[in-house]
Amino acid sequence: MKSRILAIPYIVWMIIFTVIPLGLVIFFAFTSQSGEFTLSNIIAMNDYLDVLFRSIEFSVIATIICLILGFPVAFLISRLARGKQGTMLMIVILPMWINFLLRTYAWMTLLEENGLINRFLGLFHLGPFNLINNSGAVILGMIYNYIPFMILPLYSVMTKIDGNVIEAAQDLGCSGFHIITKIIIPLSKQGISTGIITVFVPSVSTFIISRMLGGGTNDLIGDIIESQFLGNSYNPHLGSAMSLVLMVIVLLIMSLFNQFGSEEAVI
Amino acid sequence: MENIIISLKDAIVEFDGEQILKKINLDIIDKQFVTLLGPSGCGKTTTLRIIGGFQQMKSGSLYFNNKDITKLPPHKRQVNTVFQKYALFPHLNIYDNIAFGLKLKKLSDKEIKSRVQEVLELVNLIGFEKRSISSLSGGQQQRVAVARALVNRPKVLLLDEPLGALDLKLRKEMQIELKNIQQELEITFIYVTHDQEEALTMSDTVIVMNNGVIQQIGTPVDIYNEPENAFVADFIGDSNIIDGIMRKDFLVDFAGNSFTCVDSGFERDELVDVVIRPEDIKIVPQIQGAITGVVESVIFKGVHYEMIVDASGYKWKVQSTLHEEVGSLVGMNIEPMDIHIMHKMEC
Repeated sequence: MKSRILAIPYIVWMIIFTVIPLGLVIFFAFTSQSGEFTLSNIIAMNDYLDVLFRSIEFSVIATIICLILGFPVAFLISRLARGKQGTMLMIVILPMWINFLLRTYAWMTLLEENGLINRFLGLFHLGPFNLINNSGAVILGMIYNYIPFMILPLYSVMTKIDGNVIEAAQDLGCSGFHIITKIIIPLSKQGISTGIITVFVPSVSTFIISRMLGGGTNDLIGDIIESQFLGNSYNPHLGSAMSLVLMVIVLLIMSLFNQFGSEEAVI
Repeated sequence: MENIIISLKDAIVEFDGEQILKKINLDIIDKQFVTLLGPSGCGKTTTLRIIGGFQQMKSGSLYFNNKDITKLPPHKRQVNTVFQKYALFPHLNIYDNIAFGLKLKKLSDKEIKSRVQEVLELVNLIGFEKRSISSLSGGQQQRVAVARALVNRPKVLLLDEPLGALDLKLRKEMQIELKNIQQELEITFIYVTHDQEEALTMSDTVIVMNNGVIQQIGTPVDIYNEPENAFVADFIGDSNIIDGIMRKDFLVDFAGNSFTCVDSGFERDELVDVVIRPEDIKIVPQIQGAITGVVESVIFKGVHYEMIVDASGYKWKVQSTLHEEVGSLVGMNIEPMDIHIMHKMEC
């Protein structure tokens, strides 16, 4: 009984700031401006399917690159001496101590036409290259901002892999490649699926990154939703419907991965 | 004809500038049960890891059937290891754990199946194929680890304190089982332990190590009866180690008396270590004893009593089936052949 009492503050918090707002989103999504029930908001999503697919595409690419970059880093950190692991993890998390907006602004000053990178390349009479206001810059922004969310869960499962198990695999005939495919990946599956979710979910709903690095031509679903509430095309009903659809998609993807994760646990 | 299967030449290993192995030379005879015995930190596990390929030497070389394999990576060596904490693959069931090495060798499913079956029978785990690792007891995990290594039919099996985590009774059973497996399969076992009894029970050859140096190599009987120095004598079983002076061949002075012994070849008046096993000391009435002392304590040990007898300052450890009262004066006699004379260790 005591444990339930301890949970009350959090439950109250959840009801006020999550459950009620969620109910409001659902309510707005299925009502017209005059307050009548309608599906037109959901149907209106049709006009934004290309944006939705672009969001998913960019997020998938960013997530895959985060996995490819983060996996070896997480493994190497997990094999370091205890003391060094802490230092390395701090370096991974360090950028997160700086405000998200500032970090993204910093990328703008790096990538701009007369930004630091182009100026540096100019010294060698190269460029200027078009580094910003394209899809690559948006994906880069996603990777930069969310890669710690890939590395941390991977690291936390990888530290639990016993070094002896890796030696045992070598002893039984595993080359370096087989150690990765037969030992490290199967034993890191839980971390891989958690990492994918924690990178994909914020990527697919981001709007700042595309706004700042995409130059208005690479709007993502987050930007469209934001403009329904704060922008010119004020329409909270449509915005709620979009949020709801996005949420359902994210939930579907997450449950897919959870299934994948729990299957592993059974075996 | 005794065939040397593994040979280690001038092996030096350093960690952070500290020498763990100090120029070790070692020959392992084929089809023997060889034990590396010593206290923790003596370099025995390091030696095993060199043979397995997990430890690089600062200098020195390793030969397998007269072929230099110093630089060969572990996955290409014809040796397999049973690790200290078993190191089973937690994501695989027992069948897949054991079949792991065979699958990498791309054997046919049929062949893999029959070989896995064969080793499961050997370690008494028939019917456990589909079980998960976490559902096994320590002793069963240990058997899986042995099976997983043996299924590859290695020329040499390395075992790193494999019984360390088991309780005493299970350990004794597994000792006998491992020894039987070794004799049945006729392969070389190199076994690391700090347990001297385990070493004496199982081995054909015991290699005693201390501080990165080999102290003695011999059969269990040799090591026990003819320890080469005071360290070996002290580490293998209980010993009384007393300062003595070798007066001449077959005559040694210690504990205020002269004793006839069976050792010779020492320098005249050389300072020596005299080693006497507690079970080799006979308790006699005080006047008949070459050494006399006061019984300080008596502990019942099952088969015998273990007594501490104080004879003018030196506290003798004595084992006797007869009980003596604490505080009584007793005499002690030692047969010439039970007096072991050793050169003083250079420290």
